[in-house]
Amino acid sequence: MKPAWSVILLTTLIGAAQGLFLVVFVLDVFKSTPREFILYGCGMSLLLLGCGLLASFFHLGRPERAWRAVSQWRTSWLSREVIVLPAFTAGVFLYGLSGSKAAGAVAALLCLALFACTGMVYACLKFLQEWRSPFTLVNFFLLGTASGITLSVPLAALFHPQLAGPLALGAFALGALAWLARIASLVRNARLRPKSTTASAIGVAHPRIVQKAQGFMGGSYNTREFFHGRPDLLVRAVRWSFLLLLFPLPGWLLGWGGGSLASFVAAFVLQFTGLLAERWYFFAEAKHPQNLYYQAMS
Amino acid sequence: MTTKQLALVIDLNVCVGCHACVTSCKEWNDGGSAGPLSDVNPYGKDPTGTFFNRVQTFEVGEFPKTETVHFPKSCLHCEEPPCVPVCPTGASYKRAEDGIVLVDYDKCIGCGYCAWACPYGARELDPTEKVMKKCTLCVDRITDELLPPGDRQPACVMACPTNARLFGDVHDPESVVSKAIRERGGYALMPEWETKPANMYLPRRKTEAKT
Repeated sequence: MKPAWSVILLTTLIGAAQGLFLVVFVLDVFKSTPREFILYGCGMSLLLLGCGLLASFFHLGRPERAWRAVSQWRTSWLSREVIVLPAFTAGVFLYGLSGSKAAGAVAALLCLALFACTGMVYACLKFLQEWRSPFTLVNFFLLGTASGITLSVPLAALFHPQLAGPLALGAFALGALAWLARIASLVRNARLRPKSTTASAIGVAHPRIVQKAQGFMGGSYNTREFFHGRPDLLVRAVRWSFLLLLFPLPGWLLGWGGGSLASFVAAFVLQFTGLLAERWYFFAEAKHPQNLYYQAMS
Repeated sequence: MTTKQLALVIDLNVCVGCHACVTSCKEWNDGGSAGPLSDVNPYGKDPTGTFFNRVQTFEVGEFPKTETVHFPKSCLHCEEPPCVPVCPTGASYKRAEDGIVLVDYDKCIGCGYCAWACPYGARELDPTEKVMKKCTLCVDRITDELLPPGDRQPACVMACPTNARLFGDVHDPESVVSKAIRERGGYALMPEWETKPANMYLPRRKTEAKT
């Protein structure tokens, strides 16, 4: 698939926003947490949610009709996501404003629902075998919460310094877990065998079938939307860079960076850059069966 | 299951790969209810455009024992269309009365999700209209009672010089398409995804040369 920056930004930004909110809310429930930390945490979460929502509009051909997307919640995970995202945003806003734990609990439930919706948008497409896996849901959840807790560390360093240490430890542990789960999904996807072949695509039972013409020479939506068109070397470089950026580098900064605010900020910036690369690879790695029909120009 | 299911049956044994179905489809659907089917840079260096129907060519076997298969491909109007339930706006739908899978261009937001959900690559986003387009089985033609009954067929079927394209109701066991599927071993594309395509293909047949 061709990675779309609008969707890459949407999923990474709202994932971090969701993770940050969860950290703030969980701390609020189990520990006495200063009001500023909750306020700034929710504010930062809302900022990320707003940016994510804005990015998503660039994915639409007809953004002025986006409101119509709330109608098919009975069947479409995308429609459900479109409903839950603003509901969760409103929940974070109310919780940040009122400090009410009941509002926080509702927002937390919506947060988990949003993780499920975002993951299922991809995991429900059964012939995209790379996405059709519980790993898609697990990775969206773990990478979102890991980036959220990493972002909470510099916030804590500013507004609640005694929490910065424990949160850095939490970010280290969650980052490691998310990293391992992502590696596990890479291993799983490397072992996939495509269910569709050129033989099943055109219904001719023969081991050797070669496309000679796809019917046109100028390209089409099919050749633009479903192929990333990047050399193998670049795709592999993206994979290695996100494996380094998601956890080893930020983990090192969190644990051995001297505990300064700058090192905590750098840890988040590195991890988020890794997350962008990870999401790019998530799309590039997925092979759509329609590509079997578009193997040769002429 | 709908009571009626209109569909095409494509005979790969006689398709000669002339692209007449492609051009007649483009001509008919560039106007009417589905139009325009936008082209970008049609006479320039990198032309590209929106099409409902394509004819592709595959080579089967190893030289010198090869066979050329011309393969027309358009929306298969699946009985279980995976593109329909994923649509967030309800723009994508399957008509109850005749099983045609259609897009309501006024409701489509151009998110492209239905195209991701189609394993056959049957949907194309129109680059200027910014909405999803796909084969309608010439719905504005086959239902037009002002046309003589013989002309109420999809443009591709009317244009095919070898009669490789048959059109009819695959749920009616006596229809020309049902008989062809039954008698000539009609098959579905990518059966592994259980989309139950309504359009079927008839396989090539071995014909011995008379000496």
